[in-house]
Amino acid sequence: MTTNEIIQIVLFFGIGIALTPILGRFMFKVYTGEKTWLHPVLQPVEKLVYWATGIDPAEEMTWLRYLWAVVLMTTVGFASLMAILMTQKWLPFNPAGQDNLSWHLAFNTAWSFTCNADWQSYSGEAVMSYFSQTIGLSVHQFISGAAGLAILVAVGRALKRASVKTIGNFWVDLTRGTIYIVIPLSILWAIPLAWQGVPQAWQNYATAKLVEPYTTSVPKLDDKGNAITKSVPKTDDKGQAVKDDKGQPVMVDQPVMVDQKVDEQIIPVGPVASFESCKQLFTNGGGWFGVNSAHPLENPTPLANFLELLAIIIVPMAQVFMFGLLVGNVKHAWCIFAVMLGLYVASFGVAWWAEVQPNPVTDNIVPHMEGKEQREGVMNSVLWGISATAIDNGSVNSMHDSWMPLAGLMPMWNILVGEIEFGGIGCGMYCMLFHILITVFIAGLMIGRTPEYLGKKLDAWCATWAVIGVLLPNAACLIPTAMSVVMDAGTSSMANQGPHGLSEVLYAFGEAANNNGSAFAGLNANTPWYDVALGVAIIIGRFAPIAAALAIVGRLASKKTVEPSAGTLPTHGWTFGLTLTGVIIIVAALTFFPALCLGPFIEHGLMLAGRTF
Amino acid sequence: MFKLILQSIRQTLVWTVITGMLYPLLMTLGLQLLFRNQATGSLVERDGKVVGSALLAQQFQGATYFWPRPSANSYGISAAMSGNSLAASSGSNLGPTSTTLQTNVRAAAKAFRDANKLAADAPVPADMVYASASGLDPHISPEAAQLQVARVADARKAGVDDIKALVEKSIEPPQWGFLGQSRVNVLMLNLALDEKFPVKK
Repeated sequence: MTTNEIIQIVLFFGIGIALTPILGRFMFKVYTGEKTWLHPVLQPVEKLVYWATGIDPAEEMTWLRYLWAVVLMTTVGFASLMAILMTQKWLPFNPAGQDNLSWHLAFNTAWSFTCNADWQSYSGEAVMSYFSQTIGLSVHQFISGAAGLAILVAVGRALKRASVKTIGNFWVDLTRGTIYIVIPLSILWAIPLAWQGVPQAWQNYATAKLVEPYTTSVPKLDDKGNAITKSVPKTDDKGQAVKDDKGQPVMVDQPVMVDQKVDEQIIPVGPVASFESCKQLFTNGGGWFGVNSAHPLENPTPLANFLELLAIIIVPMAQVFMFGLLVGNVKHAWCIFAVMLGLYVASFGVAWWAEVQPNPVTDNIVPHMEGKEQREGVMNSVLWGISATAIDNGSVNSMHDSWMPLAGLMPMWNILVGEIEFGGIGCGMYCMLFHILITVFIAGLMIGRTPEYLGKKLDAWCATWAVIGVLLPNAACLIPTAMSVVMDAGTSSMANQGPHGLSEVLYAFGEAANNNGSAFAGLNANTPWYDVALGVAIIIGRFAPIAAALAIVGRLASKKTVEPSAGTLPTHGWTFGLTLTGVIIIVAALTFFPALCLGPFIEHGLMLAGRTF
Repeated sequence: MFKLILQSIRQTLVWTVITGMLYPLLMTLGLQLLFRNQATGSLVERDGKVVGSALLAQQFQGATYFWPRPSANSYGISAAMSGNSLAASSGSNLGPTSTTLQTNVRAAAKAFRDANKLAADAPVPADMVYASASGLDPHISPEAAQLQVARVADARKAGVDDIKALVEKSIEPPQWGFLGQSRVNVLMLNLALDEKFPVKK
C-alpha cells in the first residue's frame, strides 16, 4: 500500500461520489422533460427522432405494453445484428478481410450486445470487421444502455404515481436518454482517450518491419492448408523406441516442421476511441480488442486507465440519486447508495489483500503480475476488476483467470449477488428494488405490520415477482454450470484443471445470467454448447428482472398512496441499511456457497499446500 | 402489437444511422484532426519505414537488445499459417494452481538469470517471469531494465555507464506523479540503443 495508491483510490471514489448529485439531477431533468443547457442544440434532434419513428410522445403505456416495447426492440436489434455478423464478409468496411461468424457465435454475440451483457466468445481484432463493430455492435452499446435507464425511470415514475394504470412511454424515455445523456457523455470521454493513444481510424491495419526479425519452426502446409505429416517410430520418455506385442515398432504421425521467417508485426487499429467511451460509460464492457482494456491500444496510459475506471462508476452511481428524485425520497436513495458502496468497497478490500499474498506455486515471486500490465500494476488491476463486476460493466484490464483464488472470488461474488453494488445502468437499481422489497417484507413480518414501501401497501403479487426477479437469474447460472461440468462439451473447454476449471464455468454462467460480460477468459466459450447456453442465460438474466420490476411497479402505480404512520418502517437510516445488507448477503450465500466452496475456497487451500494441476 | 413492431424497426434503423454511422464518422474526422499520430496507432518510423507502435511490444531475444515481458501469444504474431499474420491479443489465462504456470515462471526466471549472468538464487523482477495480460505489454519495470544493462553493454561493446544513463533517461515515472507505475518502454529504448550505440559488424 503506497501513498500513490491511496491517492488514486481516494480520488476515484471521491470524484464518483461528488458527481453523483450533479449528474443525477441532470438525468432527472432530462427524463422529466425539464429544459437543460443541452436542449437548445439537441431538442430538434429529439423531435426529429419522434417524427422519423412515428412516435407520439404524449402517448402513455401500461406496464405490459412498456415491457413489450422493450422485448420487441431488443428482438429486432438481435435479428438485425445477427444478420450483420453472419454476412460481414460481403459487407463494406472490412479492410482486414474478416470472415462471416458461425451461427452459434453470431447468436451468442447478438444477444449478448442487445442485452447489455457484452460477453464476448471471440477476440475482436481477429474476428470483427469495422462494419460489425460500429454499425453492428456499437449501436447496441448505446441503446441497450439507454433502455436499461429508461426502465429504471419508468419504475421510479410509477412508484410516485397513484391510482393510474400507465407508467410512461418507452420510446420517449429511450430517445431522451440516448440523445441527452449517452451520446454527449460518449463524445466527452472519447476525446481524452484518443489524446492518450486510443486509435480512431478507418484505414486498414498497419504493418511494421520488426526491429529484430527471427526465425521460428512451424508445421508445413500443403496447397489446401492442411498440415503435412510423416510417420515416425514412437519413443518413450527415455528415447527408446516403443514396440507392440509382436516386437514391431509402433508408428505415429508427426507434423513436418519448416523454418518460417518472422519479420512483420500487424498493428490493429480502427475507430476504437469512440467505441471505447460508450463501452465504459454505459455498463457495456465489450472491448474492441480481445483482451479488452488490458490491450495497450485500448487503454494506453495510467491516465487513460483512470478515466476509463471513472467512466465505469459515474452513471451507475448517479442513477441511485436520480431514482431518489423520481420517487421523491432522497434520504432513501442515499441509504441505498451507502449499502451499495459498502459492499463494493468491502469486496475491493478483500480482493486487494488476497492479490498481494505470495503464491507458493510460483516460488512466492511477488507482485503477482501474471495477466497484468506493467503500467497499471496490481492495485489498479484489482480496482478495475472489482469495479467492473460490482458495476455491471464487465470490462477487464487484467486477466481475472490468473488472479489468486480468493481475489478471483470477489469479482465472482459481486456478480453472483446480482449486480447491485450500483450494478448496470438502470438494472442495478431495479434489481436492488427486489432486495429492498424482500427486506421490507421480512422486516414487516418481524414487527407484525403490513409491509409498506414508499407509501404503497405491498401484496403477494409484489412479493412473488420480487422473488422471481432474484431467483430466475440464479437458476440460469447454477443449472447450466452443473450441466457443463458433467458433459464432455462442457469440460473440454476448460483451460485450467482442478477447482479452477469449475471456477471458470461458474464465472461464465454467473456473468451471463447477470449480464456482466467479464470472464475467466481461459474458458474456450466459442463452442455450440457454450455459445447457445450462455446466450440463453443472458436472455433470462435480462428479461426476468425487467418483467418483474415492471410487473411490480405497474401494480403499485394503480394503488392509492397512504400517509406514513407510526407503524411504518422507515426505508432510510442504519436499521434499514444494515437489514438490507444482511438480506443481500444471506440470499447470495445460501444460493452460491456450495459452488464457491468447490471452486475458489478449495483452490486457495490447495495452492497454500503447493498443489498444482 | 403491430404498431409496436413497426416502431421497434424504425427505432433500430434511426439509432443505427445516428450512433452507428454519424457518431463514429464525425468522431473519426475530429480526432484524426486533433491527434493524428495517436489516432493511427502511435506508429514509430525509422528511415521512413514503420518499425512498430510505441504502444505494442515486439519480441527481442538477442543479447544486444533489452527484452520485453513474456508474452502468451508470441507478441501478436501468428507464424503458423501463411507468413506473419495477426494473432489475437491474449494473456496466458493460467490459474494460480496451474502446473504450466509453474513451469513457465521457473523457465523464464532461469532464462533471465542465465542471460544476464545473475546468481542462481538472485531475485528476478516479477514482470520478467509473469506473462502480461495482453501479450503486448510495451513496458518493463525499471529494475528489469537495470538488470539487463551489463549484458547489453557487453554485447554492444559500449560502456556500462553509458547504457545505464540511457536507461535512466527512458524511465517514465507515474503519470502526473501519482497515476500507475514507473516503467520503461522496451521498443523505444532499443531504438535509442541502435541509434546511439550501433552494433559493430
